[in-house]
Amino acid sequence: MKRRTLLKTSLAASVVMAVGSVIPGRVMAAYPKAAFENKDAAGALNDMFGTSDYAESGDIKIKAPEIAENGAVVPVQVSSSIANIESISIVVSGNPTPMIASFNMHGSEGFVSTRIKMGKTSDVLAVVKAGGSLHATRQEVKVTIGGCGG
Amino acid sequence: MRKTIYTIVVSLITSMIGTLALASTPTEDLKAFQQYYMDRFPDTPKSDFNNGVYSIDAAARETFESIEEFAPYEIDIEKGEELYHKPFANGGTYNDCFGEPGVRHLYPQFDSETGKIVTLESAINDCRKAAGEKKLKYKKGTIAELTAYMAYESRGNVFDIKIPNDPRALAHYNRGKRHWYSKRGQLNMACADCHWTNAGNMLRAERLGPAFGHMTHFPKYRAKWGNLGTPHRRFAGCNSQVRAKPFKAQSDEYKALEYFLTYMGNGLEANGPATRK
Amino acid sequence: MAKKTKIRAKEKDGIVIAKVLMSHPMETGLRKDKKTGKKIPAHFIQEVIAKAGDKTVLEAFWAGGVSKNPYMSFKYKGAKGEMLTISWIDNQGGSASKSAKVK
Ligand code: HEC
Repeated sequence: MKRRTLLKTSLAASVVMAVGSVIPGRVMAAYPKAAFENKDAAGALNDMFGTSDYAESGDIKIKAPEIAENGAVVPVQVSSSIANIESISIVVSGNPTPMIASFNMHGSEGFVSTRIKMGKTSDVLAVVKAGGSLHATRQEVKVTIGGCGG
Repeated sequence: MRKTIYTIVVSLITSMIGTLALASTPTEDLKAFQQYYMDRFPDTPKSDFNNGVYSIDAAARETFESIEEFAPYEIDIEKGEELYHKPFANGGTYNDCFGEPGVRHLYPQFDSETGKIVTLESAINDCRKAAGEKKLKYKKGTIAELTAYMAYESRGNVFDIKIPNDPRALAHYNRGKRHWYSKRGQLNMACADCHWTNAGNMLRAERLGPAFGHMTHFPKYRAKWGNLGTPHRRFAGCNSQVRAKPFKAQSDEYKALEYFLTYMGNGLEANGPATRK
Repeated sequence: MAKKTKIRAKEKDGIVIAKVLMSHPMETGLRKDKKTGKKIPAHFIQEVIAKAGDKTVLEAFWAGGVSKNPYMSFKYKGAKGEMLTISWIDNQGGSASKSAKVK
């Protein structure tokens, strides 16, 4: 079991290196594996940022459906007017592993949009890192599972 | 889970209301069918019924539109385009059979030579067979990539399915119509129980869509499947759901059902492929 | 399965809106195969890099929680005619790269 994990980690590491070489001159950041595997939302934030403390912020907007049609595909858009955003992360506390995605913005505008999986009704937390501290806002998404088979 | 389905189904209205008369002609049926849904959902413009349940559910429509903005099937359309134009081993192409890819809105057809119904999927395999190529599986995969491209090229064309004045064509039509109104499965429910009598009502967490517009957008990408499916894949799902044994894809029964149901949507614009939950 | 990526990038008032669609199963590793009952191994894109010319404009880290056939959109300062390149790698060593011109 242990061996497996080790093997996987080194595979992932070599893969990251590979992309590094495919794309010359890129700023390397390691894949935050621990954060993505943590089963607890606060734990995942801690793994990712070294802290799980954040300030609730009115300057972050989440656009997501109140009721998800199908938890397999939930559109989520995060935008923020906060200056100098380093990263935007999407965390779903009700998922088995809450950290869904984290975007390092490299000077891009404070905006990301993607589609995520949600296992059950839960909060979607958008965490913005800027100026070395964390800001966040949340929205509940109700998840009902489809009834028509096959 | 099983129990829940039972109770909810029981809570739906179970006696059918105002069905099509059994002896009416296709033209009369079509008029009554479309009028029923337009009366039931007066806020939905006629041309919008090709958006299925999203034509009557504003909240769900937002998600739908957000996904349609860059839908997962766009990759399938691209694959389908390559497949469609790649010559067969004998040098022939699909265009030799179809003339052009944008023909989705013309199927199914009645073939007066064989007396059979030809669906777009069966026509694709007939085309392959004639060229000495292997048949494709009918529910998903390569065939759905091909029809995704063909549907895409057909977008905006109006469905115009023909029921020629031929007793064999009429027999297929009536068989499909009968399937649609017949109760089946352990739950003893007809397509019409859900999609006619209870259109707009909730089945567990799902809103039941109107059947006017059921066939305009295939193949469709269902979030639940995570890939594209053909009409008969959907029929099989809806048969299984009432715990009836599904028919085989491209069986005469499903071809007849598709013939009837697509004809009922005549006048709507082709808008496949599309995403559904 | 062919790996496909589709990119749309449009500039308006100095800001490029990029929309990207990738074909990938995005398996979490928690799902079971309905027929065999066996767990389907994790298989997901874990890193996406977006470059405008040779400048990195976005770097995304993902796990299996992003939907199958992932979609992502972002905005950056850029101009028409520039190339936008999207590259990704997954946890099994798969990768793909695709470029498109900003319109
Ligand atoms: C127990 C209720 C039920 C029965 C009976 C049923 N369906 Fe459905 N069907 C659903 C639900 C729920 C959906 C998904 C929501 C919607 O689009 O209406 C659906 C969806 C569909 C769709 C897809 C619509 C779209 O926009 O993509 C088609 C086509 C369809 N059904 C055809 C049939 C046919 C044909 C039958 C009979 C063989 C049938 N259904 C029987 C519940 C039912």
